[in-house]
Amino acid sequence: MIEMKDVTKKYSNGVTALRSIDVSIKQGEFVYVVGPSGAGKSTFIKMMYREEKPTEGRIVVNGVNLSTLKDRNVPLLRRQIGVVFQDFKLLPTLTVYENVAFALEVIEESPAVIKKRVLDVLNLVGLKNKARMIPSELSGGEQQRVSIARSIVNKPKVVIADEPTGNLDPDTAWDIMSIFEKINDQGTTLVMATHNKEIVNTIRRRVIAIENGRIVRDEQRGDYGYEA
Amino acid sequence: MNSGVITGMKPSTFRRHFRESFKNLSRNGWMTFAAVSAVTVTLLLVGVFLTVLLNLNKAATDIEKDVEVRVLIKLDATETEQQALKEQIKNLPEVESITYSTKEKELQNLIKDLGDDFALFEQNNPLYDVFVVKTKRPADTPKAAKKIKTFDYTEDAIYGEKKVERLFSFLKTSRNIGMILSLGLLFTAMFLISNTIKMTIFARRKEIEIMRLVGATNWFIRWPFLLEGLWLGLIGSILPVAAIAIGYSYVIEAMTMRMQGHFIQPLAYFPFVWQISGIILLIGAFIGMWGSFMAVRKFLKV
Repeated sequence: MIEMKDVTKKYSNGVTALRSIDVSIKQGEFVYVVGPSGAGKSTFIKMMYREEKPTEGRIVVNGVNLSTLKDRNVPLLRRQIGVVFQDFKLLPTLTVYENVAFALEVIEESPAVIKKRVLDVLNLVGLKNKARMIPSELSGGEQQRVSIARSIVNKPKVVIADEPTGNLDPDTAWDIMSIFEKINDQGTTLVMATHNKEIVNTIRRRVIAIENGRIVRDEQRGDYGYEA
Repeated sequence: MNSGVITGMKPSTFRRHFRESFKNLSRNGWMTFAAVSAVTVTLLLVGVFLTVLLNLNKAATDIEKDVEVRVLIKLDATETEQQALKEQIKNLPEVESITYSTKEKELQNLIKDLGDDFALFEQNNPLYDVFVVKTKRPADTPKAAKKIKTFDYTEDAIYGEKKVERLFSFLKTSRNIGMILSLGLLFTAMFLISNTIKMTIFARRKEIEIMRLVGATNWFIRWPFLLEGLWLGLIGSILPVAAIAIGYSYVIEAMTMRMQGHFIQPLAYFPFVWQISGIILLIGAFIGMWGSFMAVRKFLKV
């Protein structure tokens, strides 16, 4: 699903964010990415949806070699990947429904398909009855659920989440995790960067720890391993 | 790949781009107003300049068409010699017609044209007897004149070269000055359009970020901005088109009255007004698209 081979990333300001990363994530896996702030977690994740290009090494996502992928073909890759952020990235003037539909409209999906899929995913995240509200009328957890709905509405093979619970209180964070588990249960690969020790130690899955740009630990059913 | 370029764009997609581009226009109203005003002023000046230039061009062609060679006959030429010269000229392949005009008649024409002061010369006419030669094609005039000059009994062969040359050099100068001015104005207008689009891109950066994230093609993201630029250019050309269409009808009316029977005539209202309107709209569309293209390329990063 996701293969990284000897991946190094140096930014133009001289900072080396990742050094010789080798990793393989299989279809359907649930992977936590942990590590101190500034260790390279975000860069690691951005590589997967080609927000950043590696300086050296090879990345293959869902059979697509990102090193040789042309810029104009990046949109096709993005359609196979759902991305969720700490700050939700919702459009404030659009309703919940419209925010989710937006992701399909801009890839020119037909109106009938859009309607069906949007209602399906809103149902999945439990927001069907709030479809007409705008983001500012929702709680943080609900906003994150909208953003998750948007990330999966195109049925991606992999969902990448960068600290999705970072802005949420503990109870809400657990709600979000149960949605992620549901998505993962349906066979979608999930990669999630997080600082949430409790979640990592409770829902035990594969843990990849990054420190100073290197993978220092990669365990199936690992634990958080840092003092929060 | 890149399905949504121009070919194969779905009608619904096309409608969406249309809608979005108009939303953009109203979103930053003042910048839109400024950009449209700049386009209006620019195209008005460019339009007037083009109208003047094209009419001067027409005048030059009119004059050129009219040129005739005036062959001054040597004063000591006898009547037979004059006749021989006439035959010689007639036989030139370029020549269409030849008419004889005595120096008395020439003087009368001069008095008629320039005033009675010249009547003084009636006592001692300094003019020459003249053959007025018309050529088949205006372009042949210099060639014919040159040949005639070599004939015996020809004192000189004069044609409107000076007049036409002066007009052409005037045309060239005014064209160059006008071009530089127009280019400067066009760049200003383009810059303002580009800035307007930049503001729109800035206002919509979050939307653009999400579009990129969920896999909208680059062209899908670009189109609304390119259309917005196109509208700015086209809206800005409405007023200039109207002003020139109306203004030129007045000019034509005034000119035709004054220049009745004169061989120089302004360009006829039709199809000139269609042509100039088309040119103005095209320039408007072009600077609009180009301005937004620059902004899109520089600030959209897709």
